Amino acid sequence: MKPRELLIAFWTIVVKEIRRFMRIWPQTLLPPAITMTLYFIIFGNLIGSRIGEMGGFDYMEYIVPGLIMMSVITNSYGNVVSSFYGTKFQRNVEELLVSPIPNWIILCGYVVGGVARGVGVGLIVTLLSLFFTDLQVHHLFVTISIVLMTAVLFSLGGFINAIYANSFDDISIVPTFILTPLTYLGGVFYSIQLLPEFWQGVSMLNPILYMVNTFRYGILGVSDINIVFAFSMLLAVIAVLFSYSLYLLQKGKGIRS
Amino acid sequence: MTAALSIRNLCKTYGNGFEALKGISLEVQQGDFFALLGPNGAGKSTTLGIVSSLVNKSSGDVEVFGHSLDKAHAQAKMCLGVVPQEFNFNQFEKVMDIVTTQAGYYGIGPRLARERAEFYLKKLGLWDKRNQVSRMLSGGMKRRLMIARALVHEPRVLILDEPTAGVDIELRRSMWAFLQDINRAGTTIILTTHYLEEAESLCRNIAIIDHGRIVKNTSIKALLQQLNTETIILDIDPPQGTLPALNGYQARLEDDHTLVVDVEKNQGLSGLFAELSQQRIEVQSMRNKANRLEELFVSLVDKNLKDEKSA
Ligand SMILES: Nc1ncnc2c1ncn2[C@@H]1O[C@H](COP(=O)(O)OP(=O)(O)OP(=O)(O)O)[C@@H](O)[C@H]1O
Ligand SMILES: [Mg+2]
Repeated sequence: MKPRELLIAFWTIVVKEIRRFMRIWPQTLLPPAITMTLYFIIFGNLIGSRIGEMGGFDYMEYIVPGLIMMSVITNSYGNVVSSFYGTKFQRNVEELLVSPIPNWIILCGYVVGGVARGVGVGLIVTLLSLFFTDLQVHHLFVTISIVLMTAVLFSLGGFINAIYANSFDDISIVPTFILTPLTYLGGVFYSIQLLPEFWQGVSMLNPILYMVNTFRYGILGVSDINIVFAFSMLLAVIAVLFSYSLYLLQKGKGIRS
Repeated sequence: MTAALSIRNLCKTYGNGFEALKGISLEVQQGDFFALLGPNGAGKSTTLGIVSSLVNKSSGDVEVFGHSLDKAHAQAKMCLGVVPQEFNFNQFEKVMDIVTTQAGYYGIGPRLARERAEFYLKKLGLWDKRNQVSRMLSGGMKRRLMIARALVHEPRVLILDEPTAGVDIELRRSMWAFLQDINRAGTTIILTTHYLEEAESLCRNIAIIDHGRIVKNTSIKALLQQLNTETIILDIDPPQGTLPALNGYQARLEDDHTLVVDVEKNQGLSGLFAELSQQRIEVQSMRNKANRLEELFVSLVDKNLKDEKSA
């Protein structure tokens, strides 16, 4: 295919993906808006006022970046895993298999679809947070790039999960048993400096901690971790996941008998 | 001229160890109307699945208009339009979106995609339904939607896996006419079917496949010529208690007013009618015994089964 045709094919997948999550907005866009508003009210306002400061900021100010990041993570992952699994399940993945689209374009299309939802929901949550606190961005470039890279990484994760999944149960196992705990323990609600030394060390093994803290650094200018290290790690993980996804697609794992 | 489709020594063993194809070779010429026949589980869908990149082959070669599926798969895929046996579109998408999205996958820009979609949806009688969610279509409409989707990039070969299964007679006829139209316009057509009548009236060449092997690959004409005798059923009047003497014809009475006659190719029918009218027996109506092709088909498949068993 010529470059122009590749671009059209890529764009077709992205548009299809966006159309999908917009069509089912009560399942995709509304729930995070409601949940996050509840977090803002309960943790930020009600409980937060008792907690006082965290890392030198109002508790509300401190958790907003974490909650935005949490939405980006769950929604980019959730979009790709359910969309691609649904495509497999209904067999319309065959529409892609018979066509001349190269695998890397298929992968990029789905990933960008996941990023679109992750970032879209992130924006909705950001707008909602403005009702509760003032948001100032300290480092715009850091803020934007960490959001995009996190969304890409979890979209890839969702894609791999969808390839291996054989049932609808299989697509909720990872989000429930891995993503949610790691996110809650990833410094969304607290600074790891509050933890005993041992648990600080353990927390440093949690990749989500680095994303949440880098984002918080972009917005507030404070972080528990080294930003350069966080970006390098993210890049490396993205490269590994991307290559592995491509390898699975090439093999036809789960989509071609 | 390069063949539209060339398959050499194609083998497929599924993950569970089942050997679905045991070395299939066949060629379909450009412009042909080709049928792949065979009983359930023979390996038709597996063969077409490999050709359309839905199934991984175990060994063998496939070329579409000279483009190898291994070495030039993008070019090969550009030449192919695929209508699978089972519905495989997104049930929640609108008819129009399904067709234009598929066009996009082939690198066709949105404006041309909409024009093509309009053209083929109109041709297949689905234009009224363009804004409906595909789940709401009837079975026959779903099948036509898959045909429109397969044609949107104007492929040189159209592959249809049982396109008329579950389609009513009227619709089947109109689908036949449609396929004949696009075949005349130059598209090579390959289909699988269980209806021999369909193969007989549409196709020029056929292959019969059974237990993963080709048991016959020939033209419909040649196949029909293999049938030397034709069995004719006559309703006669007045009723006959005993079989009338019919010189040179093999005949039997089914009941007192139904006469069954085997007519050989070189015999013709006028002699038979002359004999009957001499005996003042009137023929009230006449028909062919059930599809002759069907009998031949059954005999070929039976023979293959015996060969398999003895092998
Ligand atoms: N994914 C699969 N895994 C294992 N065996 C399979 C698979 N798909 C098909 N088979 C087996 O391969 C054989 C050929 O199947 P195929 O679908 O090609 O038959 P077919 O000729 O299209 O039959 P039908 O007329 O019923 O559509 C069958 O015995 C079938 O059970
Ligand atoms: Mg089949």
